[in-house]
Amino acid sequence: MSILVENVSKSFGSFVALDDVSLEVPDGSLTALLGPSGSGKSTLLRVIAGLEEPDHGAVLISGEDATRLPVRRRGVGFVFQHYAAFKHMTVRDNVAFGLKVRRRQRAEISARVDELLALVHLEGFADRYPSQLSGGQRQRMALARALAVEPRVLLLDEPFGALDANVRAELRAWLRRLHDDVHVTTIFVTHDQEEAMDVAEQVVVLNHARVEQIGSPREVYERPRSEFVMRFVGPVTEIADGLVRPHDIDVRLDPGDGGLEAMIERVVHLGFEVRVELTLASDRRLWAQLTRARATELELEPGQIVWVRPDRAAPVSADANGSAARPGVGVAGELGD
Amino acid sequence: MGSSGNAVRSRFALPKLTLRGLALGYLTVLLVFPLGMVGYRTFEHGLDAAWNAATTPDAVHAFWLTLLMVAVAVPLNTIFGVGAALLIARREFRGKALFNAAVDIPFAVSPVVVGLALILVYGQTGWFGNDLADAGIQVIFNPLGMIIASIFISLPFVVRETVPVLREIGTEQEQAADTLGARPWQIFWRITLPAIRWGVAYGVVLTTARVLGEFGAVSVVSGKLVGKTETLPLHVQAAFEDFNLAGAYSAAFVLALMALVAVVAMQRLRTREIA
Repeated sequence: MSILVENVSKSFGSFVALDDVSLEVPDGSLTALLGPSGSGKSTLLRVIAGLEEPDHGAVLISGEDATRLPVRRRGVGFVFQHYAAFKHMTVRDNVAFGLKVRRRQRAEISARVDELLALVHLEGFADRYPSQLSGGQRQRMALARALAVEPRVLLLDEPFGALDANVRAELRAWLRRLHDDVHVTTIFVTHDQEEAMDVAEQVVVLNHARVEQIGSPREVYERPRSEFVMRFVGPVTEIADGLVRPHDIDVRLDPGDGGLEAMIERVVHLGFEVRVELTLASDRRLWAQLTRARATELELEPGQIVWVRPDRAAPVSADANGSAARPGVGVAGELGD
Repeated sequence: MGSSGNAVRSRFALPKLTLRGLALGYLTVLLVFPLGMVGYRTFEHGLDAAWNAATTPDAVHAFWLTLLMVAVAVPLNTIFGVGAALLIARREFRGKALFNAAVDIPFAVSPVVVGLALILVYGQTGWFGNDLADAGIQVIFNPLGMIIASIFISLPFVVRETVPVLREIGTEQEQAADTLGARPWQIFWRITLPAIRWGVAYGVVLTTARVLGEFGAVSVVSGKLVGKTETLPLHVQAAFEDFNLAGAYSAAFVLALMALVAVVAMQRLRTREIA
């Protein structure tokens, strides 16, 4: 089901968590709310779930105004960052909870729970208690529990935040596959840009309670609308008053057309990638990211003089106050109008 | 490793033994010995004598009256306690600090003062005394007043044991149940109550023990009418003052036994909680 958030604001005392936020999540999509801590992304997710009531604005779920709808009638599945497992219930009872409170037939519940446990690969763990599971297993149990009631929308709050790196990568791939199978509209919150890029079809970048940009991972990475987005979603370096991705810097041994003279300070080999740290004639420092093949070809050495220029036009100009860095208004503004 | 471990052990061995001895000695002198004497005195003249002393009509009446107080006061304070704990831990309302402080009044006020206060309100010359008497309800010098006194003095236990547990478990499980479609009462019975059950049970045991042993407040409102408004603690004192030592000891023994059951139950709950 599609979700429409219209001009939502929410404050906790004097702290503004959401400031006139609007966004649209298409039916069946997988959307990431990406932002640093305190940017309002978790609050936005909780507003959509109904766990927080917005001060202003509206939330529409498949066209229907859900702003004042109680949580239990919104048809959302919510997965909490710390799982919120029912500690006194077995895995089976945890997953069955939503069906039991709906007074479904016992046989139906049992069959559905078995199906879900198989889906999240916890078949052998049905009679264990949450305390006997690993973090990743608890997270999958929480997912199965949320999916049991066939939610119209699946909301995940930092779903992989409390897991170690290996498990996180595995669960990420698994979540994407699950979404392909189940195809429920899914929104997840993350502060990890790589995770957002890897999993989501649509990325919503939030900063200071506002939406900075909405777009596909590629759009957000290649055409950031603000300096903040540019810096947040990938590595940046500054050249000629512009911010560019270090892999978009062209390093040459001849001045060429409009190249800037620079001296190599350091060459760092990082496997496939080679990081070259440079100082311009203006004493400004920057770095470039080259493939190993290109670096070998150029035979780069510290102390060497090279010429650098951005491979493509800088998407965002570096501006001290950041205001001029925003070309046009964000999607949020367009939706609101 | 071994040598340093031994050194540590020997250096702390003496203080450790001394500490243990002190603690045990303290308990023996102040608790075990006097209680042991009660047991000894009770059975001094044989089982039959003890049984006869413990089963005089007045003693039996006191026993049942004491159980009645527990049977009324404990469930009421449990329901109130859980409700009040939910209010304190989960809700924001005007006057919450005052409410929170008021719950502790029974801990702070002397039980005798509680008894006197009840007489001032419900007694013949009290605020409601006459109206209640007209309606045929006698509170003071009647089990009803004693029950009210018991409820008053044992009110904070369940609240105070439950609030920290509620705070500790947080609200996430309840919110999860909410998103899964549970109604408020389903959330309470299936999620909140099971999560706080050991805290509540601990509070219930403490409440029971307190009601069993309460003397001051109950004594003031009871009028000490033998065979009518005499609980076990009051019976012990009355028998003692009548130089009926056999009766005093046997009633005290029964009371100690009931308290022991409560304490053992508490201990078992504690170990389950930790496990």
